[in-house]
Amino acid sequence: MSDAELATPFRQRADGAMKDAFLQEALTIATTKFIGLRRDAFAGFPEGEALRDQARAIKEATLQHLDHHLETLIGNVERLGGHVHYAATPAEARSIIVDIARRTGARMAVKSKSMATEEIHLNEALEAAGITPVETDLGEYIIQLAHERPSHIIAPAIHKTKGQVAELFSRELKRPAEPDPEALTRIARGELREKFLQADLGITGANFAVADTGTVVLVTNEGNGRMVTSLPRVHVAVMGVEKVVPSFTDLMVFLAILAKSATGQKLSVYTSMVQGPRRAGELEGPDEFHLVLLDGGRIAQIGGPLREALSCLRCGACLNVCPVYRQIGGHAYGYTYPGPIGILLTAMLEGAPAVKDLAHASSLCGACVEACPVRIDIPRMLIDLRREVDDKKIAPWTERVAFKLLARLLQHPRLYRFAAKAGRIMQKPFASDGRIGRLPLFFGEWTRTRDLPPVASRTFQERWASEKDLQA
Amino acid sequence: MTARRASLMVTCLGDLFFPEVGVSIVRLLRKLGVAVDVPADQTCCGLPLFNSGYHADAAAVAGRAVALFRDSEHVVVPSGSCAWMVKHEYPGLLADSALAREASQLAARTHEFSQFLVRVLGVTDFTAAVPGRVTYHDSCHLLRGLHESQSPRTLLGKLKGAELVPLPGADECCGFGGSFAVRLPEVSSQILAKKLANVESTGAGCLVACDAGCLMQMGGGLKRAKSRVRALHLAELLDGGR
Repeated sequence: MSDAELATPFRQRADGAMKDAFLQEALTIATTKFIGLRRDAFAGFPEGEALRDQARAIKEATLQHLDHHLETLIGNVERLGGHVHYAATPAEARSIIVDIARRTGARMAVKSKSMATEEIHLNEALEAAGITPVETDLGEYIIQLAHERPSHIIAPAIHKTKGQVAELFSRELKRPAEPDPEALTRIARGELREKFLQADLGITGANFAVADTGTVVLVTNEGNGRMVTSLPRVHVAVMGVEKVVPSFTDLMVFLAILAKSATGQKLSVYTSMVQGPRRAGELEGPDEFHLVLLDGGRIAQIGGPLREALSCLRCGACLNVCPVYRQIGGHAYGYTYPGPIGILLTAMLEGAPAVKDLAHASSLCGACVEACPVRIDIPRMLIDLRREVDDKKIAPWTERVAFKLLARLLQHPRLYRFAAKAGRIMQKPFASDGRIGRLPLFFGEWTRTRDLPPVASRTFQERWASEKDLQA
Repeated sequence: MTARRASLMVTCLGDLFFPEVGVSIVRLLRKLGVAVDVPADQTCCGLPLFNSGYHADAAAVAGRAVALFRDSEHVVVPSGSCAWMVKHEYPGLLADSALAREASQLAARTHEFSQFLVRVLGVTDFTAAVPGRVTYHDSCHLLRGLHESQSPRTLLGKLKGAELVPLPGADECCGFGGSFAVRLPEVSSQILAKKLANVESTGAGCLVACDAGCLMQMGGGLKRAKSRVRALHLAELLDGGR
């Protein structure tokens, strides 16, 4: 989202999203479907619970020795003839990739779906350098045509209805398109075949990178990942440093739960394993292979409060079950990664001040932890972020004063009792029939859509103190 | 039956807004032969401070509660979220204080109301105060924090005069979330609207929950919509046949 768009307060962005009838329809259908698919996938997979624990343990153990596993990975990729680059910041990552494109004379880049390249705003950088990026995942293709950004980690165009996609294709591709998913996919496939053959550069993310074999693993459903990694002359894979796993044995644990969590599939349609550039005697594959290892704030969190978020597999399950995401969709969050995990990743990549409002975009219902394949305790970290924005005085002073007053009240029963009495007097003009329908100021935020019960004429503790039969 | 004595932690919302819930709990427990006391000068468990990130203040409030309930054999709490706070967060908040041990002991002695009836007392036979069809909403902290979905359903399923019907999406949040409800009132209200549409679809006359926060949210929405559905705490519904 642009700075201008971010200037709109989060609450208003969320409200706008809830007034978008198309978005509401698309979100409800898609998230409900994902929730059911995930539930069914795990219902028929009793070993899933133990595998989730195992996956989390592998991630934890890998983080303990991340430097070691990265060194092993780098050594093996280079042994296979690939090149490894380290990017401390998104800007460094962009310039590394643009340099590779320039040096190899690339004019068009085909991309498979990658949140890491979204995170570093790669497409804009390529365009500025005169290189045309073409998204080849169907959802990414749709939003690229629409000049938008992904609104979901695995379903980037989740916010669009099929009718909207048909209109978009008709307008942008200048050909009639019916709102039928199969027909629309056929159109996209026709358009993209050309691009695969023309492109000089293939750019992918990485779901995993296996250290002891130097293998980059891509989990896709459309087959575009294979085309991107095998047809162009040069392949660049971009991955967050935390994506390394020690061995294939470890990889299998993740593959057993990733697709089930994401789409309810046993496995995704394609699991592509890429090992360096084409070797002598091989028929296909790129001449050059580059792996870009992206830090961007991750390494600092290995010992930081957001450490757990480094275990994220980017499956999107927490988005689908989040009551807030299900109302507002991904764009309202304002950053690359939406939803509950997105708030944590935004704090990791942009710093805590960026999420001073987003940290409160959760009812702390815990549905995310339950859905997360590696059981990341997202609500706990959201609370910790709230604490950080309070402690560092990033939260508004009015709020901090209000909570300090509340704290005082709750520590002194005489003040608490006084407040109850004061509440009873102040509510008088607003209460009738045992309900309060309208309150002024801040309290009106509640009463615009909900009644409020009045403070009881006698609190429980007042009754307990005075009613003999209650105590008897 | 193992418990002969229990203390009621009435909670701030229970004390100020829903005193009849506390009254029902006292009556029910007494009828079961449990002596009930209510330590004086209770305020709040501190969850609102904790959730908004004011942890030093939350710890001070927690410390008060630990001292108040020092001599209690069992502590019964009408809200899953407050019970979760005591059981799950007090030990950590007070870990470095002189009250660390007592906080852990209090956590072990504290029970959410439905759990106390079913899992401690082992009683499940009650008569409905309001007869007819009822449905049950899982409060998030009771369900996912204390991993309890069965005790309230056991009680409602066996309740004389009541018919328990399942609530579609019963395990989905009602949109309360404490300060969330007023920080993002539009989002909170839309979550609530979907919840209430599910409630109405059951044909139940009574919506039961075990958390004052959810009851404030859902009850407030039902009243605003002039619905015929009443939102009740489990204790109020069990308190029939007197």
